[in-house]
Amino acid sequence: MEASAKTLTERVSRLLLAVFATLVFIFLIAPILAILPLSFNDSTFLVYPMHGFTLHWYGDVFASEKWRLAVQNSFLIGIPAAAIATALGTLAAIGLSLADFRGKAIVTALLLSPLVVPIIIVAVGLYFFFAPLGLTQTYAGLIMAHAALGAPFVVVTVSSALASFDRNLARAAASLGAPPVTVFRRVMLPLVRPGVISGALFAFAVSFDEVVTILLLAAPQQRTIPREMFDGMRDSLNPSITAVAAMLVTLAILLLLVVEWLRVRNERLRKAKVD
Amino acid sequence: MTAAAIPATQDRSRLRRDLARAGRRRRLLAIGLIAPLFLFLLFSFIIPIGDMLRRAVVDSEIAETWPHAAAMLRQWDRRKDPDEAMFAVLGRDIEASAKAHTVATAARRLNYAIDGGRSLVMDTGRALRKLDAEPPSWREALVAANPAWGDKKTWIALAEASGPLTDFYLLTAVDLERDSANRIVHRPAQQSLYIEVLARTVLISVTVTVLCLLLGFPLAYYVASAPPDRAGLLMILVLLPLWTSLLVRTVAWIVLLQDQGIVNQMLMAVGLIDAPLRLIFNRTGVVIAMTHVLLPFMILPIIATMRSIPPTYVRAAISLGAHPAVAFWKVYLPQTLPGVAAGTLLVFIMALGYYVTPTLVGGPKDQMLAYFIAFYTTQSSNWGLAAALGVLLLVATAILYFAYSRLAGLNQVRLG
Repeated sequence: MEASAKTLTERVSRLLLAVFATLVFIFLIAPILAILPLSFNDSTFLVYPMHGFTLHWYGDVFASEKWRLAVQNSFLIGIPAAAIATALGTLAAIGLSLADFRGKAIVTALLLSPLVVPIIIVAVGLYFFFAPLGLTQTYAGLIMAHAALGAPFVVVTVSSALASFDRNLARAAASLGAPPVTVFRRVMLPLVRPGVISGALFAFAVSFDEVVTILLLAAPQQRTIPREMFDGMRDSLNPSITAVAAMLVTLAILLLLVVEWLRVRNERLRKAKVD
Repeated sequence: MTAAAIPATQDRSRLRRDLARAGRRRRLLAIGLIAPLFLFLLFSFIIPIGDMLRRAVVDSEIAETWPHAAAMLRQWDRRKDPDEAMFAVLGRDIEASAKAHTVATAARRLNYAIDGGRSLVMDTGRALRKLDAEPPSWREALVAANPAWGDKKTWIALAEASGPLTDFYLLTAVDLERDSANRIVHRPAQQSLYIEVLARTVLISVTVTVLCLLLGFPLAYYVASAPPDRAGLLMILVLLPLWTSLLVRTVAWIVLLQDQGIVNQMLMAVGLIDAPLRLIFNRTGVVIAMTHVLLPFMILPIIATMRSIPPTYVRAAISLGAHPAVAFWKVYLPQTLPGVAAGTLLVFIMALGYYVTPTLVGGPKDQMLAYFIAFYTTQSSNWGLAAALGVLLLVATAILYFAYSRLAGLNQVRLG
């Protein structure tokens, strides 16, 4: 009797939890999905119910010189920034995993600090610091800023891949006569590659979505996608912004799936090592 | 001591030496690998931020524009009234700066310190630029250009602004100033702004953090206790908002919460309200959008912690006779605290420095600290004040980051 009462309360609380969790999931996901249909809505007003199907807003975006330039700038800044962040971040993560030394905790905290320092502080700091060096309103300056913001993500993902790396493999390769560079290239890199790739994708996503440094440091012809969206939201919303948003959501889903796939692979490697 | 023991000890000490050398080599290699990123961040992150913070206490505008007057005013004891010699030094500096077209810098700086400081300096500059010879009395020339020069308070304000260091900006950032007797006092109410901004920033951040915890904890528990294959799918649902552009999410909330938006339509359809509620471009919109953006940062560390809790403890408590609710409350909940603390700190840190969302979905009364830092940097060029507000924000962030690293351990940072 008492046992069944317990299971009943348990069942009720379990059900309440499921209902509450579902509502929170709706809060998380629904807003993102809700604007997707509106990008096909044949009306200049961004409201439901829909008024028939059109690809007009996508046509607007693809025909627009403004958005073409924004896409070009986003990649022109995002790809080099992600490349720099990945190269430097991977080396640093390997360094951090190699040995302990005095001040390592402080160095680690500094390397990861771009994750938490408010972006406005970084942007204002660079605004003052880059001006006398002639780096404001240049691609070089923007790439440096975004690389600095993305690098800690690479350090984190590569470190976590290295945590599952069996150091005996490197030792075995070295004892068979492989020079350190070969050990790194032929043994270590293939095994930490999932971590490196997801770090690179994170770093690219950070740059691709970053707007504050662009607001302060970029020249008018260096506006990126988020910068144009920022402007688009300041005056009345044009439906073509929902077309851009829909494409960005699709890209986000693709990136997320790739990173998840890499993470699962890495976990499998880790499990294989434990077994 | 046998004969064989001697080479053994020698071997051992050689081995120790070799090991020490190998360890040293590893350390050097480690440092060599870390150095490139460290130097890169030094140049593109750490030094720029340090340089910005320096501007909060360095006062160089008057000293650069009027070097002789600034040097003189730093020596002045402020008890004596300024004499003709002091008027002459200042007058010559103003005249020189007016002719070199640099006088506006000093005008801007003095305008922060006293009302009408800009017109005072610009008027004087215009009057003195016309001089072709030394006036018989510099005092009369200056007072004729603007009578404020006859007031000792103007001179004290100028002396305060003469550098090289100042607490003016930091005091202004917390609505304080120095009076003519050099005591720190509250600013008059109509000039006080920043305590309110700070309070608002903290209030919004606390509200958002509490909401994230209330929504995030049950969801985290649900995901952590789901069977593995379903948990994987649920994790993707948590991570999707994180990967979606911040600006896309902001557009989404504007569309949903506007007067004719779907939320208002639904509330009206079920008869909860008769007229649309104002849900966006005010505090409500800021809190909703920020909670949505920051929620995954609360959920992820809590899930990570919950997954590391062995289920045996709760089972043991129940088998010893504890009611499941009691077992949850007394045995399970305390073990989730590290994750809860990490998530709470992370969300609060990120909320404090928020810029984009409040700027786009908030009204004028919802702007947070970061907005004013950007405003004084780009719009009104009051760089000292921008830097001082930046110091406040960065110090708060640094303290919380330190607490976070103590609590969560930096090597625990996970990205999903």
